[in-house]
Amino acid sequence: MYKVIEKKYIGPDIWQMKVLAPRVARYAMPGQFVIVITDKKGERIPLTICDFNRKEGWVVIVLQVVGFSTGRMAALNEGDAFADFVGPLGQPSLFINEEKEELKEKKFIFVAGGVGAAPVYPQLKWLSENGVTADIILGARSKEQLILLDDLKKVSDNIYVATNDGSEGTKGFVTDVLKTLIEDKPGYYKECIAIGPMIMMKSVAEMTKGYGLRTVVSLNTLMIDGTGMCGACRVTVGGKVKFTCVDGPEFDGHQVNFEEAMRRQGMYRKEESESHRCNIDEAVEASHKNNKR
Amino acid sequence: MKLTSRIPVREQDPEIRKNNFDEVSFGYNEDEAAAEASRCLNCKKPMCVTNCPVGINIPGFIMHVKGKNFREAASVIFKSSVLPAVCGRVCPQEIQCEGKCILGVKGEAVSVGKLERFVGDWSRENNVSVPVSAQPNGYKVAVIGSGPAGLTCAGELASMGYSVTIFEALHKAGGVLEYGIPEFRLPKEKVVTYEVENVRRMGVKIITNAVIGKAGNIDDLFDNEGFDAVFVGTGAGLPVFMNIPGENLNGVLSANEFLTRINLMKAYDDDFDTPVRTGQRVSVVGGGNVAMDAARAAVRLGAEVTVIYRRSAEELPARKEEVHHAHQEGIIFRFLTNPVEVIGNNTGWVTGLKCVKMELGEPDESGRRRPTVIEGSEFIVDTDTVIMSLGTSPNPLIAGTTPKLETDRRGCVKALDENGTTTREGVFAAGDVVTGSATVILAMGAARKTARAIDNYIKSKHTGKQ
Repeated sequence: MYKVIEKKYIGPDIWQMKVLAPRVARYAMPGQFVIVITDKKGERIPLTICDFNRKEGWVVIVLQVVGFSTGRMAALNEGDAFADFVGPLGQPSLFINEEKEELKEKKFIFVAGGVGAAPVYPQLKWLSENGVTADIILGARSKEQLILLDDLKKVSDNIYVATNDGSEGTKGFVTDVLKTLIEDKPGYYKECIAIGPMIMMKSVAEMTKGYGLRTVVSLNTLMIDGTGMCGACRVTVGGKVKFTCVDGPEFDGHQVNFEEAMRRQGMYRKEESESHRCNIDEAVEASHKNNKR
Repeated sequence: MKLTSRIPVREQDPEIRKNNFDEVSFGYNEDEAAAEASRCLNCKKPMCVTNCPVGINIPGFIMHVKGKNFREAASVIFKSSVLPAVCGRVCPQEIQCEGKCILGVKGEAVSVGKLERFVGDWSRENNVSVPVSAQPNGYKVAVIGSGPAGLTCAGELASMGYSVTIFEALHKAGGVLEYGIPEFRLPKEKVVTYEVENVRRMGVKIITNAVIGKAGNIDDLFDNEGFDAVFVGTGAGLPVFMNIPGENLNGVLSANEFLTRINLMKAYDDDFDTPVRTGQRVSVVGGGNVAMDAARAAVRLGAEVTVIYRRSAEELPARKEEVHHAHQEGIIFRFLTNPVEVIGNNTGWVTGLKCVKMELGEPDESGRRRPTVIEGSEFIVDTDTVIMSLGTSPNPLIAGTTPKLETDRRGCVKALDENGTTTREGVFAAGDVVTGSATVILAMGAARKTARAIDNYIKSKHTGKQ
């Protein structure tokens, strides 16, 4: 069992949980993910790693209640435990294996949308600890959905905020801000890392392609085992079939077939809504019960 | 009683079992088992034993069944196998023990598999488990993977006094017994969990959710966790796809995904959260045991199922009993047929499978006649779900993170001898990770030998002599 030692409400239906999982914490690297199961009837849910502490043996995850299973996860409170918590899975962020000196020459621009801020945090933290310059554009539908803002400020050089409704920062999309930044300082950024909803990553990649700005995306596909066994997570990258769980989750955004990836993501939508529709509201409600905001 | 024919085993009626996931075969009761056992001639030179990969003293246990001394029968089997209720159900007995039975020459072989299953089930129901008597010898062995190979190797080593820890990547121990073979052929809680627990009762520690190669590698097991040897029994878990156009359409999935959802995650049971979908018409591509499992599981979820196989009925690699059961359950077989493209609609969902007709030519390296395409024979099979069941290959996770551990061109860990010795000192391997996808019992046989080799290795290393 993997105990929840801290739980915070950080946005509408968005929870941050610190979970005791020493083996995962010992080997975790930025960019990797875990698979979490609430209890013995639960689904295997992949979630990116938001933070970890090797010494204290904990891993932080951020989850947004989007359906039945995430609702049941969010219903756990401090002191409760997940039945299973496995990882770290996937490849660490690509930049980790680059030469430190070369990295310092690079300027990174991160684009995080919604809960995409969670996997971005450990990457920025790693870069800042290694003296690499990195800016971030954080976007959300509106102010309340902006998560981890203060944490991200600490580990980035500049932070730019965009909300669709203009309730905070620039009114518009993250791509609008990105476009301005790139055009203001042509050639300044050497690499863009975009993590968020599939549609956002697609838009970012399409835009940066025009500027020749290398763009890495982190895909959140369907998956079961997370170790290369099921193939549910297969995506086409540069015309080749890749498994997100073992080859990714990060890929060259200019090579990813997003149309296919988005279509495949919805493969079980019908089954999920049919069998569990009546339970989703219940689960969301349960996730709020006894929880102080 | 006629010596030439077997005591028939009672089964669920096909029309009923098509709608449930309960076990198909009920197995023998005590009287039936004793009656079947009395058919055994107790040969002086029992070919059944020679043909058993783990060398169970088959006539020995059968004689005890005949005398209804079931406890003694169990202790005979436990000397060679820790998974009797599993093997009695899933071994291809017709090509092993039963294949060489002398009674098979003029009639039906002794039903060794059903008798083994009976003894396994009896021992579970009567709380008779594998005896452990060994004194701890102070040495530690890590076993990676808790499938048939890992469980067997761990059990053997534990009975020699080793402190054994199994590392399992999934959240449940059992490997392919949990995620691959369906409930209707191998009950999970009743049989698999119990026999895994038997291994635990022998003193073996099982750590689930531990992906070696990601959460530490083999070097860490030696250097940081103090293991004296490592056994790799990670199986062949990677799905193989055909690399044909349209394979990434919605509704195309690997048999591994389909079966894992159903078996490991219990998606067929509404009480469990994981979803599974089958359309109205499912096509299963392939002819092995896994293909039969996927096809029969799809039938139980309410689909009309067609198995598409590129050779003819004679070459089907699946066990005869599975094919027979599949026929009974209304599964359609299209032989000498090979898919060339998956067809989809404008929303990206599968609507058909473009296939070609095949004919059999000269035998290939596997000894089976090679199928070749009949020109101009293209046609379309209407289908809304395609399950690819073309075999599996070993996961590169271990080999890719273990210096000096060599693999062959198929990605299988190279075993230098029959004892599972690898190119890396102190690391041994057996089962599907060495052979590519094969059977439960072959993995167990190889793992047993390898356990002895690990014992020799550790002893010779610490005493300087063997």
